[in-house]
This record gives sequence, structure tokens and C-alpha cells, in this order.
Amino acid sequence: MSVLWITLIVLAIAAIAYGVSRRKAIEETKGDVRRLHSLPSYYGWFSFISSAVPAFLVLLVWLVIQPMIIGNRVNDALQLPEDATIVQGMAATRDARAVSVALDEALSRGVLQQGDIAQFAADPASLGPALRDADIELSVIVTPQLLDAARVYSSTVSMLNTLMAIVVIGIAIVGAGYAIRRITPDFRARNVVERMVMLLLIGASVIAILTTIAIVLSMVFETVNFFRQYPWTEFFFSFTWAPVFQGISQLGLLPLLWGTLYISAIALAVAVPIGLFSAIYLAEYASKSVRSVAKPLIEILAGIPTIVYGLFALITVGPLLRDWIAQPLGLGSSGSSVATAGLVMGIMIIPFISSLSDDIINAVPQSLRDGSLGLGATRSETIRQVVLPAALPGIVGAVLLAASRAIGETMIVVLGAGAAARISGNPFEAMTTITVKIVSQLTGDTDFNSPETLVAFALGLTLFVITLTLNIFALYIVRKYREQYE
Amino acid sequence: MNDMRIVERDVSTAEIKINARDVNVHYGTSHALKNVDIEILNNNVTAFIGPSGCGKSTFLRCLNRMNDTIPSAKVSGLIALDGEDIYDSKVDPVQLRAKVGMVFQKPNPFPKSIYDNVAYGPRIHGLTRSKAELDQVVETSLKKAALWNEVKDRLHSPGTGLSGGQQQRLCIARAVATSPEVLLMDEPCSALDPIATAQVEELIDELRNQFAVVIVTHSMQQAARVSQKTAFFHLGNLVEYGETGQIFTNPRDPRTESYISGKIG
Amino acid sequence: MTDISASPAGKSKGSSLLELDSRTRRRNAAERRFQIYGIVAIAIALAALLMLLVSIFSGGSSAFRQTFATFDMTLPAEQLDPEGNRDPAEMARVTTIGYQNVLRAGLVAAVRDAGIVPDGVADADITGILSPEAAADLRNRVLANPDLIGTTVDIDALVHGRIDGYFKGRVTMESAVRDANITPERLQIAEAMVENGLMSTRFNWGFVTKPDASDQRPEAAGLGVALLGSLYMMLVVLVLAVPIGVAASIYLEEFAPKNRFTDVIEVNISNLAAVPSIVFGILGLAIFINFAHLPQSAPIVGGLVLTLMTVPTIIISTRASLRAVPPSIRDAALGVGASRMQSVFHHVLPLAMPGILTGTIIGLAQALGETAPLLLIGMVAFVRDYPDAPPEGLFDPASALPVQVYNWTQRADPAFVERASGAIIVLLAFLLVMNAIAIILRRRFERRW
Repeated sequence: MSVLWITLIVLAIAAIAYGVSRRKAIEETKGDVRRLHSLPSYYGWFSFISSAVPAFLVLLVWLVIQPMIIGNRVNDALQLPEDATIVQGMAATRDARAVSVALDEALSRGVLQQGDIAQFAADPASLGPALRDADIELSVIVTPQLLDAARVYSSTVSMLNTLMAIVVIGIAIVGAGYAIRRITPDFRARNVVERMVMLLLIGASVIAILTTIAIVLSMVFETVNFFRQYPWTEFFFSFTWAPVFQGISQLGLLPLLWGTLYISAIALAVAVPIGLFSAIYLAEYASKSVRSVAKPLIEILAGIPTIVYGLFALITVGPLLRDWIAQPLGLGSSGSSVATAGLVMGIMIIPFISSLSDDIINAVPQSLRDGSLGLGATRSETIRQVVLPAALPGIVGAVLLAASRAIGETMIVVLGAGAAARISGNPFEAMTTITVKIVSQLTGDTDFNSPETLVAFALGLTLFVITLTLNIFALYIVRKYREQYE
Repeated sequence: MNDMRIVERDVSTAEIKINARDVNVHYGTSHALKNVDIEILNNNVTAFIGPSGCGKSTFLRCLNRMNDTIPSAKVSGLIALDGEDIYDSKVDPVQLRAKVGMVFQKPNPFPKSIYDNVAYGPRIHGLTRSKAELDQVVETSLKKAALWNEVKDRLHSPGTGLSGGQQQRLCIARAVATSPEVLLMDEPCSALDPIATAQVEELIDELRNQFAVVIVTHSMQQAARVSQKTAFFHLGNLVEYGETGQIFTNPRDPRTESYISGKIG
Repeated sequence: MTDISASPAGKSKGSSLLELDSRTRRRNAAERRFQIYGIVAIAIALAALLMLLVSIFSGGSSAFRQTFATFDMTLPAEQLDPEGNRDPAEMARVTTIGYQNVLRAGLVAAVRDAGIVPDGVADADITGILSPEAAADLRNRVLANPDLIGTTVDIDALVHGRIDGYFKGRVTMESAVRDANITPERLQIAEAMVENGLMSTRFNWGFVTKPDASDQRPEAAGLGVALLGSLYMMLVVLVLAVPIGVAASIYLEEFAPKNRFTDVIEVNISNLAAVPSIVFGILGLAIFINFAHLPQSAPIVGGLVLTLMTVPTIIISTRASLRAVPPSIRDAALGVGASRMQSVFHHVLPLAMPGILTGTIIGLAQALGETAPLLLIGMVAFVRDYPDAPPEGLFDPASALPVQVYNWTQRADPAFVERASGAIIVLLAFLLVMNAIAIILRRRFERRW
């Protein structure tokens, strides 16, 4: 029985419980609902929640734990060595599942009979071709153990699925029965329901924390694995990035970090002056009508997906810079370059700087401007010597936020910066970034045992730590600044 | 002097600093100031009084063209400073405001040091040629604002750290430092406690030796205490203008009398 | 008191207001320069926007037009239905190659009949005009309607990408000489066919509805699977992110006590909103695929990842609109004896609804354009089969609109660049519609308290 069906059945039980309890509450008072403590629908909701919520919670936990149990069983069947890593175990389970799925498919189509499978146990290698004849994909090499594991897999899965359906639906029924029995006219249904809803609301808020924990765990886990296979000193301090699959790779962070920082620096060099001057003009000079047109137009830049900027870098800006600047000056012949990615990323960041700065400049009290103008300062003197110094902390915060965005940006650099890891000062050369390498190491065929794949997690963690530090720092500055003028 | 008639106010010995004729101000569609005629004398304190929204602050802001910063404001009529029309197209408001300084209702020191606050005007107008000269200007101005003794040991701490009354005197020192000819004060004491108010009022009296001072105030007692001339505004009209003593003891217009006796306000 | 003359005023007291001194002139020049910097900055930003849009639209609008060869031919029964019983199952044994031969013969006949082929041109040059996809299209058409066999039908065949490129200006006679995929002869024939009405370039719905095609067939590549995939992911995001986001906002804004725990949540939310999107991709790969064993390339995984990314956006905007509901409304409800929960759900939430909807749409628009995390969960895979209807279809492999763009940029044939730009036009059109709806909602329901 699929999860969907279980869900529907539980919802149906809960709905029935709603109706029954509501009716019961009304009947207990012989139709005089004024004698009830709460409105009748609250009695219904009480039963609905008592029935559905525990059932769904158990279902959720079950879905998380089930793969682990299956994995253990399959690994036992495969007789994996004691020191096998979790990743190896996962890979083995994946293979077993692939065989099992292929066999199920074959059985359901009638290509194979139940009895045939036993025959293949003697000659597992022939299973692949047999399935391929029937147009069933199977990319793993079948060994006797694997075939065995596949059968363990399929039997465990069907057993656990049945058990899960029974347990979850049982809990729903028990919950509904318990709730219905508790209903009396004096039962404070509203208070109980409200407490339950509150728990749900709190649960939703906790998801933010869980997400953060999941992010950290998902990366820390594999990063530790990576550092078991690859020395951390090499990772952090090596100047060479040269991954070789099935070989001795050099996985130094520094060239990637250089590319990341170089591109971000160019992006900020483009975006900070343009964004800041736009914000100043819009906040201090522009008439209402100019502002109401120019501000949304600039903000459109923030709503454009980064893949669009990436394509813009690839087909327009890259060739433009190459043909008009890099080649005539003899600086390079590549369309993908630090300058291309930096320039386009700068355009993307302009609205972040300008709208944050605009808010911050507007938060500077008008009395300071009046004071300065009243002394005979020109507007620009007022802005440069009074408004900007007063807004400086906020603007620094905005720039830091923009920097964190630039460092974490992926699509523009994937399409515009190139893939060559190198440390060079020439902005018209292709370089690469942390995010580009995360993408290239984790897409395509990946082997979660090799350091070449696992390094992506270490890169991800490095990126996360850098951006998190910048964000926390920036948010702190901006918050302090806001408090100052509140 | 006490018995002087309004129409004969040019009898006064002091020279006329600002001469306004038929000044009208519109904010968008609302007519904020109607046909105001007034002559403001040098080395006098002139007080503008009247109920809220009567146009007194609006008129004050016309005198150094601070209304230019409000896009919807339209000023017509003639305002002359030493005989020169300040709304002439050749006049740069920046240069005008150097001559006509302004102190605001709420103390608004810049988020800079006390020294930098006072030195701000001289710096932007290029009034000094050396650091020593600037130091001198800062010291003189702070002394004029009667603040020197309180802050001389902490000139480089932020101006925002001072008390309210000190902040307002700092703002006065800041305005004085550009050596203006007229000093406009928009309810300078409304945000201050009585002791600080007394200090600022005393200061205003001293300042009139060097400038023409125009003060907008809500408080009739204050006007009576500090000013030589008083103008009463009501609903955008200049109702009555004359010697302070005469306005408070013997108003000619019934509206002035009602206001002074507390019937409107 | 020091005399005023002691302060070294730069200008004498009597200087006229009507004459600008040189310093003021310099300062005014600086003022004008400063203003010009601002105008230039805005002009640069707007020029960049314009250039971006022009570059995408000029490069991509042609993706919606495609060149087809149109001619009549009789479908020979002996080749397409050797058994002669019009049974689709039997007919399916004739492969695409069989149809290709039939189609080529038909084209050669049609072109030679029109008398536009110069002498000495081989049949191969005529048949090379067709896209390999045309035969597959014909096969599908015949299998869907076996009665067509033996009759004369209108053929509407996709032509080769290079021919299409020639009519769109991407391929020239000169480049054709150096190109292994096309010859100048074929271009000449194509041109002659256009003159004879045998070939035309026109609007092509297939670009929006058809699935992706392989490297060699840019002319057949479409957005169908990607659109469905994106739609499925948006469904998942809508179903999960909105209730979670709204529930969390209600708690944080209306009920949460000010303590350590809620502080941690607040900090978490504002940081999650700024975590690089690629990190969410790593999360999806590690948790949903490697740990929970959800299938790769599936919209459900993409939807879950995008949900986690969208929740902070929705929370931030929902809280802002809850905050905008004045406390007097809450007090009024509490004053007539409603519980706090009732006052929130009966009064505050409905009033905040327009703001919540606006925030939700903007969050969805953001999620729709997100690319990087989807690359890591395998949505770059080449998928030609449409996913089934949800909910099962959520677990089928699919692509996504922005990922399809990325995918096409990685292919060698320049015709795919046109298609990538075209796909972006579709993406931007969706975003435009979503943002327009958000703006209309805001305008329509905006309240002034």
C-alpha cells in the first residue's frame, strides 16, 4: 500500500471522527448547544487532530527509519566487511534496490516467472542480458550476493510496508476512538484544540532550525569522510586543484577561493558605486515620478533568475569583452573570464545594494539634512558629509550582504567564469570558483567513496561557513544601525 | 518708543535688514501664507508668534529659502536682504544660507564630534585658511554659544552625547560659526527643559548684538522675554507687527488680543 | 564676547548676494557633478537591464519559429504495414528507419516534381534537408491513425537545424562550406523550396510542448518535460511551503514569547534566507537522495529543496503583513470574548491574506527561476518521457525550465543557444505574469489603516 493511500485512509478516518464527535457533542446536550463548553465544531476538530496527527507523525518517523533498517538487512545479506563506510553501505543498498526493482518489473510484465529467479541465482551474470531483452534497464553487475540481497530487499520492503500501513492506520483508529470517548458537554474542547494548534504552529517554526541542522549535518558528515581520505592540510593550503578520477588527485582549495574572491571583488567594484549612487540619487534628488519609474525598473534586475544572467554572460558579455578588450590588448582569448562573470554578477547585485542603501539613507532623519542645508551646505555636501557618514554602518552591512551573495552565486560563474582552476591576476583569463567545482564534482556519475566527489561537501561547508559569517556580521550591523534611529 | 504706531515703525534707529513685501506661499493647493509685509531690523530680536499652522514657521523658512527643499512649495512676492531680492534667479541659496543661518526646533547635531559640528560650516564655505584659524573659529563660536566651558575638554567626543540644552547650544554655535548676518530660530526651546531654556534665552539676547535674530516661538512669555519686535500670525495672515511691549500690552487687532489673552491658540 | 570681526570671514559683510563668488561656483559645479554621477549610475543600471533583455529577446524569439517542409505524399502500405491488417501492434515493428526511407522518397519525388533541382544534385542532398526527427513524427502520426496508410497525406516535416538556421541568419553559404552537417547545395535547394511553397518558417508550438531532443536534433527540442517538471515542483512548494511558512509566521508574530528559543528561530530564518542556493542542493542530495532514497531527477526532490528555500521568504513577507494589521483589530476581537487563537484566525489572518498571497507568489517566482540546487539533485539528466500525472508523476524523472536552459547551453550546436534564450523568454513570461498578479493583488487589496 503506497504512502498516498495510507495518507488518504488516515484522513478519511479523521474526517469520520470529526463528524461522529460533533454529532455526539450535540446529542449529549439533546440539541441545546448552549450547554456545551465549546462550539460543536471544536469537538470535531479535537477528534480529527487526535486521530490524524499522531498517525502522520508515526508515518513520518517510519519513513525516515525504514531505509536504515532495510540498509542494515541488505548489508548483512551482502556480507559487507566490518569497516565498510556508511557511504559504501548506501551504495550497496542502492544496487540491491535496482536489482529488486528490475526483477519486480520483470515479474509484473510476465517476462520472468517466480521460479525463474532461483535459476538465475546459479548464473547471475545472465540476469542482466535477460532483462535487457525485455527492455528493462539494469546497469549494475549482478553477483550471487547481490541477487540474494535484492531478494532480502524486496521481502523486507514489502513486510515493512504492510506493517507500516497496519500500525499507522491502527494509531489513527485508536486516536479517533480515544478522542470520541472523551467527549462530554463539560469537556473543554476549544482549549485543548487551541493547545494542539499551537503545537503545530511551533512545529512549523522549528522547521527553520531543522533545516539549518540538516544543512550542517549533510555536509559535516561527508566532509569528515573526505578528510579521512584526504589530508586537510593539503585541502586548505595547496595551490593546486587537479582532480583525477582513479588517481592521485590534488584538491587544493586556494585556487578556487582565489577565483571566488576575485570575481566577487570585481562584482562589488561594479555594483557598489552604481548601486550606491543610484540609491543616493533616488533618495535625495529624484522627483517622485522619476523615482516611481526608476526604482521598480532597477528592482527588476533582482527578480531575474541567475540562469538568465548566466546566459547573458555566456552569449553576450563574454564575447563582447573578448573581442573588444581582451584580444586587442592581448590579454586572453577566452569568452569565459573573471571579468565576464564579475561584470554580470555586479549587474545582478546592483539592486541589492541600491534598495538596501535606499532604505538606510531614508532612515537618516530629515532634521540632519535640514541642519546642514540651513548652514548653507549644498545637497551633495550634505549627503557626503552628513547623510553618508550617518548611514555608513548600514551601507557596510548592505555591502557585506551583497558580498555573501556574490560568493555563493553559482549559475553566473558556471556559465561565465570557466572551469580552469588557476591563480592569476589577469581578469581576462578563465578561472573557477568554489560553487563551480561543487557543481562539477556532484553532477554526472558520482562515486560517493572517492575523495573527488566528497571534496564537494568540504567545499560546500567552507562556502557555508564563509557566507554565514558574512551574513551574521552584516545582519548584526544593520540591526544595530536600525536601532540607532528608531 | 513704547508709544510707537505700527505704520511708523521705520522710525526705529536700527537699519532694516530684511524687507518682505506681499509674500505668498502655496503648498500645492493650500495657501499657507497670505500677503505678508514685514521689515526685520538689524540688531533686534524679532519674535513670530501665533497658533499652530498660522504660517509663522513657513515664513521663517522663506527667509533663507529652506522652502526650496520642499518641491510643492511656491513662494511669490519680494523678500530682500540688504536690499537684494533673495529669490532672484541669480541668487544661490547656498550663499544666502551662509548669510542667513538657521537653528531648528529639535536639536540636530550631526553624528560627528563637537569640534566637527562647529567646524562644518566654516569648512564647507572655506572661511578659514589654516587649522589654527579654524580652531579659533570653533572656540569663538562655542564661547558665543556659552558652551565653551562645558565642552572645551571633550571637543572630539560626539556631539550627540551632549544633553538636550547643550545640543541646542551646539547647534547655535554651529550656526554662528559661519558668521551669518541673520540668525533664524525655529522654536529653539520647545524641546528643552526650563533651565536649558533660560540659558538659550539669555544667549539669544547676547546674540542680537551681532545679528538680526528672528525667533519663532509658541510661548508668549518667551517672546515677551527675548524680543524687541513681535509679529502675530493667524491663519496665514500677518495680523499685527510692532514693538513687543505694545503688542502684549496694547494690541490693536482684536485677534491679537484674543490670542494674547488665551482665547485662540 | 569676541567681536565678530575677529572671526576671519572669507567674504566681507557687504558682499552682494547677486554675485556668485568663485568658491560657490566651484561648489555648485561639484554639486552638478555629484548629481550627474547619480544619473549616470541609474542610466548604467537601466542600460544593463535593457541590454540583458534585448540580448535574450533578440537571440531567443526565433526559437518560437521553426522551418517545416510541406508536401503531399502517399504512404505506401507495403512498406509501413507489411501484414496489411492495420494493427498498430504489428505496425510498430516498422522502425523509424523504415519511415525515414518512405519520407525521404516522398520528399525527393515532391522536390523533383517541382523541377527546382539543378542537374547533378544527388538525392542525398535533398534528403539531407530533413530532420532525423521528422521520420519519428510521421511514425507516431501513422501509429495513432493507421487508416492514413495508403492515402495521400499532407506532410509537415521538421527540416534540419542548419537549414532552419539558414533562414534565421545563423548559417550562411560560407559557413556551410566548412560544415560537415550541411552543404551549400542543400541550402540552395531549401531556398528554392521556399520559393515554391514547399518550405516555410512559421510559429512552432512544438517548442513549448515537445520534450527535449538529442544533441544532433536541436530543431526538435522542446520545453514540454521541463514545463511539466517545473509545474510539479511549484505544486509541491505551494502545498508544503505555504502552510509551513504561514503557520511559523503566525506563531512567531502572534504568540511567541520573547525568549532564547524564539531568538534562535529568528536568527535561523534570516540566515536561511541568505544561504547560497547551491548549499540547499547539497542538502537535497545528501538528505533526500542519499539518505531517504528518493529518486534522482524527480520533481518531488526538487520541490522539497525549493520548499526549504522558499519557506524563509514566505515567513518574512507573511510576518510583515501580519505586523501591518493594527493591534486595535486584535483588541476588538479579544474584547468581545474571543480567544487569542480565534482573534488571529478569524480576524488578523483574513486581513493579512493579500499580503501573504503576494509574498507567496514572489517566493514561488523565486523558486521557479532557481537552478543551482536542481543541478545537484540530478535534474540535468536527459529526459524525453513526460512524467505521469501527480502524485505518482512527482517521482518520475523530469527536467525543470531553468535547468533546461543550462542543459542547452552545454551543447555544442549553436542552435541550442537560440533555444536556451527562447526557454528564458518562456521563463520570464511566467515570472512576469506571477509578479503582475502579485502587484495587482497588492493594489487591489492594499489597506490604509
